[in-house]
Amino acid sequence: MSILRIAAALLCGTMFGFGLSLSGMVDPSRVRGFLDIAGDWNPSLAFVLFGAVAVAMLGVVIRRAMGHPLFDQGFQLPSTTPIDKRLIGGSAIFGIGWGMAGLCPGPAIADLALGVTPIVVFVTAMVIGMLIHDRAVSSSSC
Amino acid sequence: MSIYWPQLAGGALIGLSVALLMLLNGRTAGISGLLAGVFRKLDERFLVNALFVAGLILGPVIYRAVFGGWPEIHIQGGVVLLAIAGLLVGFGSRLGSGCTSGHGVAGMARLSPRSIAATLTFMATAILTVFVMGLFGL
Repeated sequence: MSILRIAAALLCGTMFGFGLSLSGMVDPSRVRGFLDIAGDWNPSLAFVLFGAVAVAMLGVVIRRAMGHPLFDQGFQLPSTTPIDKRLIGGSAIFGIGWGMAGLCPGPAIADLALGVTPIVVFVTAMVIGMLIHDRAVSSSSC
Repeated sequence: MSIYWPQLAGGALIGLSVALLMLLNGRTAGISGLLAGVFRKLDERFLVNALFVAGLILGPVIYRAVFGGWPEIHIQGGVVLLAIAGLLVGFGSRLGSGCTSGHGVAGMARLSPRSIAATLTFMATAILTVFVMGLFGL
């Protein structure tokens, strides 16, 4: 048990939640505004994604020069299995839900801070959806 | 086109969070995976995941402390629509091994073919969903 790993997780989660708040991505109507390419298009999400991927890429470059993470033995990288039906089917289903509500897991959890009922409903359903998958589908988690 | 500075800055912080979680703890900041990890056995991994999730909720609280107000949000749709959307988001993100953070940010940054395929897929179905709902005035 490492207090450093636990502190790092809290720091990273808080930074992520603050970034979502600052960028306006906690607002489902902004996210739907980005997805609404036939309507009154809102480019916000493109800027957020660009900024996030650019900085995360720097992290990837630094990681490749490091032998192991600062507070642990090794890097846990996602598997490099081929693109399959589960990946595409799951992503397609996820996208439908994301488009319907304008909420994905990160912003939905961050929005719990505002304590409004619709968010609690969404997050509860989202967790149930995850548990249904993890119980029903034989899963190798990501 | 004008530059959206708060969006760029907020995005950069999200990217920094993803980079730091990998460089410090060796973990991918995929929110769906981290959240699912909270509902498993009680060990250090549980605590690490739970604190990341707690931090996510703390984010808007710190925003409020800095800027003097909650971030603005507008929720469209009633509770039935939100419940169905939540089920799809939860189930789909687990089946597809990731969501906007794990595939869209962390995976894209690694130029992972799987994550690029996943991101293009959920962007496409999300855009189509918003378009079809628009036809029905939703």
